[in-house]
Amino acid sequence: MEGKQDPASPAEALSAPYVLAYTYRRSVGPVIGRFLTGLREGRIEGVRTAAGRVLVPPAEYDPETGAAVGDFVEVGAAGVVQSWCWVSEPRAGQPLDRPFAWALVKLDGADTAMVHAVDAPSPAAMRTGMRVCVRWRAERVGSVRDIACFVPDEGSGASEAPPMPPAEPVRGMLSPVHLEFTISPGATLSRFLEGVVEGKLLGRRCPACAKVYVPPKGACPTCGVPFGDEVAVSDTGTVTSFCIVNVPFEGQTMKLPYTYGSVLLDGADIPILHLISGIPADEVRMGLRVRAEWLPAGERRPTLESIRWFAPTGEPDAAYETFSEHQ
Amino acid sequence: MKTRCAVIGVGQTRYAARRDDLSLAGLVREAALRALEDAGLSWGDVDAVVIGKAPDFFEGVAMPEAFLADALGAVGKPMMRVHTAGSVGGSTAIVAAHLIESGVHERVLTVAFEKQSESDAMWALSPKYPFVPPLVAGAGGFFAPIVRSYMRRAGAPVEVGAMVAVKDRLAALKNPYAHLQMADISVAKVQASPMLWDPIRYLETCPSSDGACAMVLASERAAQGAPRAPAWVRGMAVRSEPAQFAGRNQVSPRAGRDCAADVYAQAGITRPREQIDVAELYVPFTWFEPMWLENLGFADENEGWRMTLDGTTALGGALPINPSGGVLSTNPIGASGMIRFAEAAQQVRGLAGAHQVDGARTAVGHAYGGASQFFAMWVVSSEHA
Ligand SMILES: [Zn+2]
Repeated sequence: MEGKQDPASPAEALSAPYVLAYTYRRSVGPVIGRFLTGLREGRIEGVRTAAGRVLVPPAEYDPETGAAVGDFVEVGAAGVVQSWCWVSEPRAGQPLDRPFAWALVKLDGADTAMVHAVDAPSPAAMRTGMRVCVRWRAERVGSVRDIACFVPDEGSGASEAPPMPPAEPVRGMLSPVHLEFTISPGATLSRFLEGVVEGKLLGRRCPACAKVYVPPKGACPTCGVPFGDEVAVSDTGTVTSFCIVNVPFEGQTMKLPYTYGSVLLDGADIPILHLISGIPADEVRMGLRVRAEWLPAGERRPTLESIRWFAPTGEPDAAYETFSEHQ
Repeated sequence: MKTRCAVIGVGQTRYAARRDDLSLAGLVREAALRALEDAGLSWGDVDAVVIGKAPDFFEGVAMPEAFLADALGAVGKPMMRVHTAGSVGGSTAIVAAHLIESGVHERVLTVAFEKQSESDAMWALSPKYPFVPPLVAGAGGFFAPIVRSYMRRAGAPVEVGAMVAVKDRLAALKNPYAHLQMADISVAKVQASPMLWDPIRYLETCPSSDGACAMVLASERAAQGAPRAPAWVRGMAVRSEPAQFAGRNQVSPRAGRDCAADVYAQAGITRPREQIDVAELYVPFTWFEPMWLENLGFADENEGWRMTLDGTTALGGALPINPSGGVLSTNPIGASGMIRFAEAAQQVRGLAGAHQVDGARTAVGHAYGGASQFFAMWVVSSEHA
């Protein structure tokens, strides 16, 4: 490939945002559940292992032996910083909105340390070995954030947690996840999507097996060689199979019911998935001849959504034998 | 191969739509403890742990092998995670069995799991990827056109799908672990259930389950001390293929055919329909029973549905398929493949309980995943060789 300009390279490689966001509903089990219930009630509990060590926060199983842990033990709401680092620019969602320290705090009566924030005025106020105590949140829900943060212990120890009304033991917690990606489809697909903006479907032919792929990939999945010539493919084709979707689900944006099908475009050797419309759902069938309904030229963007859907051409259905190898 | 691999312990959790009595760690622990008890072993006897789960979005836990080490007694031991989409339960068992056959370890604990209640598989399987319209609607939406292609290709009567749904739900009534317990299931009821992904109806789909399945695998030497009969692994294989390529047979993927041919050759099986007594196949939507019967060589092309229609695949038939109730009755996705493998082992151990196939000596466990692109199979036998 070196030094050889591919005539079918795109003017500009595309990229687009891709967000995955979901709030998981965790069940926490009896041990963590009791720890979280305790926090809601303003109490910190750990567990004692067979060897007599007190784990805070508790583990369900002894990290050293794998044995189920034993009795619950209440520990102090103050303790000693074992290590720390300074956060000069807090990020969204962190415990404090001003500079703070992340610290490993070993609570009085515990043998392990927990990670939490320390609200200190500056890094100069932090040192390993310093005493800190809990600052409770007034409204507590059964979360590690019921401890708002730790504060340097001026000798008075932790203040009492304001009481909360009694409630059921904690069984679960919500765990939101938010991931933002930038998707770069690569030169081959970028070039294809440039064609879409112009109302063209540009496939590429494998030099080894001669199959035409649309949209094209970087290399032939069967032969493993880079694709060769660009091939204009028709925007008319045959429905090889389809599904009528009638299921609502979280995050769905399509209006129900909708029909999508595998459309084998004339001149291509692999079908594309797209919406089938312009015909009652119960009349969609294998072999139906369809044509792309494009958005007007000015509204097209580099996405297959620039084709609204595929609608019947009115031609007679394609014979089954002509597409049965493409199912 | 330095030694044959034996299944000497099997453990399953109670399966349910929501096991919120347990954390994820507690869930895998329940299955692992039962497998150890079955094998007459304790945590210290295990040399290594191999786990599998469905794709990370399903639970939002990206490194379960780190997160679950203490729950599975793996601290200080080799522990690894296998990742092959829906087939993962099967390929996880195979990775674990290779560690035995190769002589690396004497006893390996393998566990596969899923807590579908913590997430939403429909969401996780329907990403709104840029540059394409947001058409895909979960696994059912993906597989429905393939099922339609099979129905057309084979000329199968439409009631075959409903018959599989009834057969597997009735079998589940004999399996105390099974999630769905639908005593009133009938063909009429299946055919009256809502059409979700035409041509797939609600009662033709698998449930969403929480659960875990575990096995203790052992070398010939380690199996000698086992308190109960072992199942001997006589063949195992995995195959994969791209999700899309020109001319791909999505109804009967080549990877599945090759996987079956490989395990049968290893096990000396030339006539699978006669030589195999029972099979646990990964059937998340009813029509995959006849499709896999053909793909795996139990029936000729386009003829698999006849075995469903004539009762061959029912418990009591000549080749019972999914006497446990199958994926259609219990589906913690990451575990579903391992449940197939474990149920096959229980059949040849004679420990399948009320859904035991009389005299079962040779059984197949099967799993598939992704866009019908990952396959894992094993053949287990009551006989060592
Ligand atoms: Zn090629």
